[in-house]
Amino acid sequence: MEAPNQLIPVEDAPGEFVINVGPQHPSTHGVLHLRIKLDGEQILDIEPHLGYIHRGIEKMSESLGYKQFIYLTSRMDYLSAHMNNQACSLIVEKGLQLEIPERAKVIRLLMIELQRLASHQLWWGSAGLDMGAVSPFFFAFREREQILEIFEETCGTRLTMNYITPGGVMNDLHPSFVKTVKALIKQFKVNIHEYDKLLTGNIIFQKRTQDVGVLSKELAISLGATGPVGRASGISCDVRKLHPYDGYEKLDFKEIVMHKGDSYTRYLVRIEEMKQSMHIIDQLIDNIPEGDFRVKTKAVIRLPEGEYYQRVETARGELGVYIVSDGNKSPYRIKYRTPNFSNLGVLQYIAKGSKIGDLVAIMATLDLIIPDIDR
Amino acid sequence: MSKEELKAYLELTFPTCKFENSIDFPLLIVEKESFFAIAKQLKEEPATNFDFLFCQTAVDYISHFEVVYHLTSTQYRHDLVVKVMLEDRENPVTESVYPLWKAAELYENEIFDLFGITFLNHPNLRRIMLGKDWPGYPLRKDYSDDFILTPQS
Amino acid sequence: MGVTEDNLKDFPGEVFSDDTGKANFMVTSIDKLANWARSNSLWPLTFGTSCCAIEMMSTASAKYDWSRFGFEVARATPRQADLIIVAGTICKKMAPVLKRLYDQMPNPKYVIAMGACAVSGGPFYYYSYTVVKGVDTIIPVDVYIPGCPPRPEALLEGMIALQTKIKKSRAYVVDSPKKEEK
Repeated sequence: MEAPNQLIPVEDAPGEFVINVGPQHPSTHGVLHLRIKLDGEQILDIEPHLGYIHRGIEKMSESLGYKQFIYLTSRMDYLSAHMNNQACSLIVEKGLQLEIPERAKVIRLLMIELQRLASHQLWWGSAGLDMGAVSPFFFAFREREQILEIFEETCGTRLTMNYITPGGVMNDLHPSFVKTVKALIKQFKVNIHEYDKLLTGNIIFQKRTQDVGVLSKELAISLGATGPVGRASGISCDVRKLHPYDGYEKLDFKEIVMHKGDSYTRYLVRIEEMKQSMHIIDQLIDNIPEGDFRVKTKAVIRLPEGEYYQRVETARGELGVYIVSDGNKSPYRIKYRTPNFSNLGVLQYIAKGSKIGDLVAIMATLDLIIPDIDR
Repeated sequence: MSKEELKAYLELTFPTCKFENSIDFPLLIVEKESFFAIAKQLKEEPATNFDFLFCQTAVDYISHFEVVYHLTSTQYRHDLVVKVMLEDRENPVTESVYPLWKAAELYENEIFDLFGITFLNHPNLRRIMLGKDWPGYPLRKDYSDDFILTPQS
Repeated sequence: MGVTEDNLKDFPGEVFSDDTGKANFMVTSIDKLANWARSNSLWPLTFGTSCCAIEMMSTASAKYDWSRFGFEVARATPRQADLIIVAGTICKKMAPVLKRLYDQMPNPKYVIAMGACAVSGGPFYYYSYTVVKGVDTIIPVDVYIPGCPPRPEALLEGMIALQTKIKKSRAYVVDSPKKEEK
């Protein structure tokens, strides 16, 4: 029994009307359909409608083997493809109790931090574009293209790489990897100050994002917000610090937690995370250990019976993979706890009372990827 | 509290519930009727303080459904899994935990959409992904695609 | 008024007759002019559903710039766009939306199916219960670009192939071209 659609306009409330934003809209970052109840230009209520990109990945994985379902996860949150693959590989290794070589762990961490940089760059460019600033879009893609070229040399493709697999990584590093990454980081450390000149210090951007979409700490905990959205409201939820994996416990980096909770704070958290990622790459790039890059696994993997859960930190928050296995070749039930699904729940509560223009500012800093919500 | 201390504490506090072991988190299996009171106590008790619901899902074991809740505490950093068994396959109903954790709103919409489990006291239960007219519940094990492959004219 | 067919036996080029049986051979040069104008300034509609949309954004940015070929302005409204690049998977809930967008575009309009999901359902062909297996089951497609996702250079090649296709087509053919066979 469903409740009737609650956004039915009422006849005796003149001035109130319901509009549709999406599914095809330049600033929803994908196919998200929002039904918004407005009073003039002020938002009274928002109801998200999902399912326009629901491909049934969880049901599909129940027919695929444990080495095959990983290619589908690259397409969920495609800007954190390496992290999604790593979550699935770690859970399979946990089930088989497999130890991977040190070289594979360091290569995985390098790829992941580079992916985090590329993802935050694209977010920065499109956040500027949503606000009306067109130049940051081109500046953001400058370094992102260089990172994608590094990926292409080693992993084979630019966007949906299945490079991190159970047992290690798929191929060894390209011979010029270390040199190219060092040159990129050196250049990026100089160029990141341009970001402050273009957007962070821009008075129009500040006025559009400060005190807009404030998320308090209690509400963020109750809603399950993680990632930069949660950290900007004061929750310390970085999975790399709380439940470290693959060698993060040996690295020295700070967790960025701020307390104000508005859109500008979420923006600043991500800029600082980019600087921390560069710091992590600096620590790893000179000390890649020699050895194997992969451990051989059986051709057909069967996980022992039971339940498993693995968390990783993607660019947008905590991704959790929950597998129920009954000993067969395919998982019995697989559930992806995606960060964007919980972050979308935040939107209804923080956008009430603001204007339509503020809604665009809020969505730009929430950084949602819609295929991750719908899976 | 560590995993063993938590398990000991919970065995004392809830003597009627069953425990299981898993490789990651302690598992608490709860009856449907007493579930909401136990969840409320888990959240509000100062010694456990489970204030963060980070995953809620359902699994279809062919004889029954299970609704699985993953909880953690931002203060103590301990985790717990709570499971509720639903025997009725025709009309599975259980209580919503939206009054305790607001994150449950979207999770329960998704479970209603893909499994058909109804949640009482939910603010806006609707088929959020597939739409009102989709026949059947896809993630059940007895879901059949025949209406797509052999459409009735 | 018009020149009759007998005088046009050796004319190089295509001859179209109108209803009265008289010929009008100036259409060929206007045809070429119209095709040149249409192909060199196609404005795409911003329509990306999933991963291929990111490669489309890469093509639009400075390294693989598509505006050097004329696709300068990407319009958000279908009423002002010539070309719809379907980048990403189309699901059953999205299919009526896509059809409505296609119907709202004014003629002449062209469709490029970018990526494996739009061409045939892609990696979701087997075992998925909501994916439409190829966007050409809904709207007619001019160019197919395979890849998952296709590189920006592949997208540019597909767009240039569309330009070539437009240049070879007839711009002013209306419902019943009566090409006289001798």
